[in-house]
Amino acid sequence: MPETTTALSRAHHTIPPLNPRNPNRMAIRILINLARFAVTYVVATVVVFLFMRLIPGDPAQIALGVNATPELLEQTREQFGTNRPLIVQYFEWFGGLLTGDFGTSYVTRTDISPMVLDRVQVSLILVLTAMVVALLVAIPLGTWAAVKHRNFSGVAIGLGSQIGVAVPGFLAGILLVIVFAVGLGWLPANGWTAPAVDFGDFIRRLILPVVALASVQGAILTRYVRSAVLEVMSEDYLRTARAKGLSKNGALLKHGLRNAAIPVITVTGVQIAALIIGAVVIERVFVIPGLGSMLLDAVGNRDMLTVQSVVMVLVAITLILNLVVDVLYTLIDPRLRRSA
Amino acid sequence: MMRRKNAILTTAAIATAAVLGLAGCSAGAGNSAGSDGETPTTATIALTGTPTNLDFTTTAGSAIPQALMSNVYEGLVELDQSGEIQPLLASEWTVSDDRKTYTFTLQEGVTFSNGDEFTADDVKFSFDRVKTDWVSSLKAKMDVVDSVEVVSPTEVAVTLSKPSNAWLFSLATPVGAIFSEDAVDDLANTPVGTGPYAVEAWTPNESLVFDTRDDYWGEAPGVEQVTLKYFADATATTNALQTGDVDAIANLQAPELLSSFESDDQFVVTTGTSSGEVSLSMNNQAAPFDDVRVRQAVLYALDKQAILDTAWNGYGSLVATYAAPTDPYYEDLNDAYPYDPEKAMDLLAEAGQENLDITFTVPTRPYAQAVSEIVVSQLKDVGINATIESAEFPAVWLDQVFTQHDYQMTTVLAVEARDILTVFNDPNYYIGYDNSKIAPIAEEADAADEDGYVDGMKQVAEQIVDDAASGVLFLFPNITVAKADLQGMPENAIIEALDLTNLSWN
Repeated sequence: MPETTTALSRAHHTIPPLNPRNPNRMAIRILINLARFAVTYVVATVVVFLFMRLIPGDPAQIALGVNATPELLEQTREQFGTNRPLIVQYFEWFGGLLTGDFGTSYVTRTDISPMVLDRVQVSLILVLTAMVVALLVAIPLGTWAAVKHRNFSGVAIGLGSQIGVAVPGFLAGILLVIVFAVGLGWLPANGWTAPAVDFGDFIRRLILPVVALASVQGAILTRYVRSAVLEVMSEDYLRTARAKGLSKNGALLKHGLRNAAIPVITVTGVQIAALIIGAVVIERVFVIPGLGSMLLDAVGNRDMLTVQSVVMVLVAITLILNLVVDVLYTLIDPRLRRSA
Repeated sequence: MMRRKNAILTTAAIATAAVLGLAGCSAGAGNSAGSDGETPTTATIALTGTPTNLDFTTTAGSAIPQALMSNVYEGLVELDQSGEIQPLLASEWTVSDDRKTYTFTLQEGVTFSNGDEFTADDVKFSFDRVKTDWVSSLKAKMDVVDSVEVVSPTEVAVTLSKPSNAWLFSLATPVGAIFSEDAVDDLANTPVGTGPYAVEAWTPNESLVFDTRDDYWGEAPGVEQVTLKYFADATATTNALQTGDVDAIANLQAPELLSSFESDDQFVVTTGTSSGEVSLSMNNQAAPFDDVRVRQAVLYALDKQAILDTAWNGYGSLVATYAAPTDPYYEDLNDAYPYDPEKAMDLLAEAGQENLDITFTVPTRPYAQAVSEIVVSQLKDVGINATIESAEFPAVWLDQVFTQHDYQMTTVLAVEARDILTVFNDPNYYIGYDNSKIAPIAEEADAADEDGYVDGMKQVAEQIVDDAASGVLFLFPNITVAKADLQGMPENAIIEALDLTNLSWN
């Protein structure tokens, strides 16, 4: 575990850190980040575009279903524009992306952009709320487990988190529905209400999916927090702080947690990105109209444009999160700013 | 030190504000259903299998006509719950002596949901449009129409190139739907028909909301609004019904979930019949099923009652081919291939196909997954080793099986009503049945009088069964679970339409 965390934190130190006292370095760092962002994004467009054309299945065929004839298939491909050269299709789509227009889905015959915007909000609300809950649980629990790692309570938290990690999110979801919705009738079993429509109902429908997501994430994060805190507890500076007269807990609070935060933030950033798409199973169980279920439906219908658009939104979110994590480092770790 | 702590706090605050800010937007502005008022005025129906869009003139899939026919679109005629043709937009019609000209008298005072008046011109427009604008093989059902003549605003004469029994029936199906000339620009999102409901909101993959029209020409439904809510799987629908989010589940595809409702008097479970056959399709044009003896052996090898009991908890009924008891030409042919493993093995020996290895292509659908294992085990008992190959449905199945005919055996739920000729009277259809024997009988039957039609179609069905063209494992049940107070959910699914026009609350 400690190996993983150091590897993770090291990976993020490869580009020079932001330094307010050295504007040049800072500008270079931002430029490098942006360039990396752009290159990754463009490469991703090519990959997702080609991948959708490599998997079997033809949107025209799905549209016509068992009412297809060869002539009608040709007519539909023509109408969808899927019979044009790939390079033409790619650049048309890419051109739209640059202007923020994802185009019109030939499956639903509606504009993709407003649909994605709507869905991405749902996913972000779900995932960010779950992440906040997970962190609120994981930070105190993980710290406690590290400080008391030789005591019963610490070992119990370690074991509990191990079990939490092993439970798949959908199983947690199904169990929560059986107990709290179908069994006790306290909360709705599924569905989604927009907060602007009915805030109370929005909250009631948010609780179970958030608990399902947060329980697994909380367990994962608890383990990261625990190992990160354990690692800093053996550092020299903590021993020095104690030698200065600080209590064990005082030293940990004043000097330890800040250092332990770095790997935890990395993991949190990675997990948020993974969760937005990973929440698809939870979205299915709880019938939540998020980005993940949109992607799943679109793949099933070979709705190429929608799949590509959703994936590119996910790529953008991931890249933005990486940038945010990078900025957070410098805010937390003074060494990163003072280094020459 | 303090400054940096503040920075962390600020970041956290910004993140929280962002979450709350987003929450303020109308994220996922779907509908919320189910208020526990005194007398509900709305009904929410749960369905699995969502329409991809609302245009059945260019998009296949039974989910679209299921939602829209009867409710939004109407035809000149409709099918009642016992499968009989009844007047709808046509109050009556006469047939000429040569049975080629139908003169329909239209209902008066009918308007479309956009306010347009319904006249004979709309009938002509809609029928002609099938030939010109529909992108679907269903449009062939209108090929027999020679001309559509507007006699007066309330009278329309349709002349066929030859007499056709099937044509009048097809007017009750989507090809008979009447459109308004001014409202066909965006059929995928804004359908406009003469039915009692108008589409109020449509969110792909989520829900379709109907408002009851107060200017409907016929008897209005007893609810003000109906929401069709689409779910990815059956469990989610039963959970939603149990917690009161929906009022009924139409066409439930998970009989194992029924027990908790059957014992609860808050709910009513009905198991009607449908037009959907769960097929056991064999590729008649490829080895080994190009040999009639091998196909017959398969039919003898299957204990269909056991399959129905195991795979679908006994719900549904046994039929021999693509004819349902609600079809006029139905006859019970179940005795043609009784369960007889000995005979199956004899036939296989005769065909020189002992220890036969085949591939069974199973689409990723609940019914298909449910039947596959038991079919394989029964086939194994007579020496046929079937290997299951899963095919993503619809994408891969349509491509591999339906279009390329690259399969030996498969199963699929064929939902189209009266589809026996669609499936078997075309050697290029994926089953590849040699239709030389049935084609002349079918043609004669279509042109004959009503008795001649029924007799002829019976012969067609018998011939198909004789040739063991393909099997039907069972006729799909139409399982409906509804709150006990909700009246008017249709019991049977004889055509694709889910007729919600009689909904009301007790």
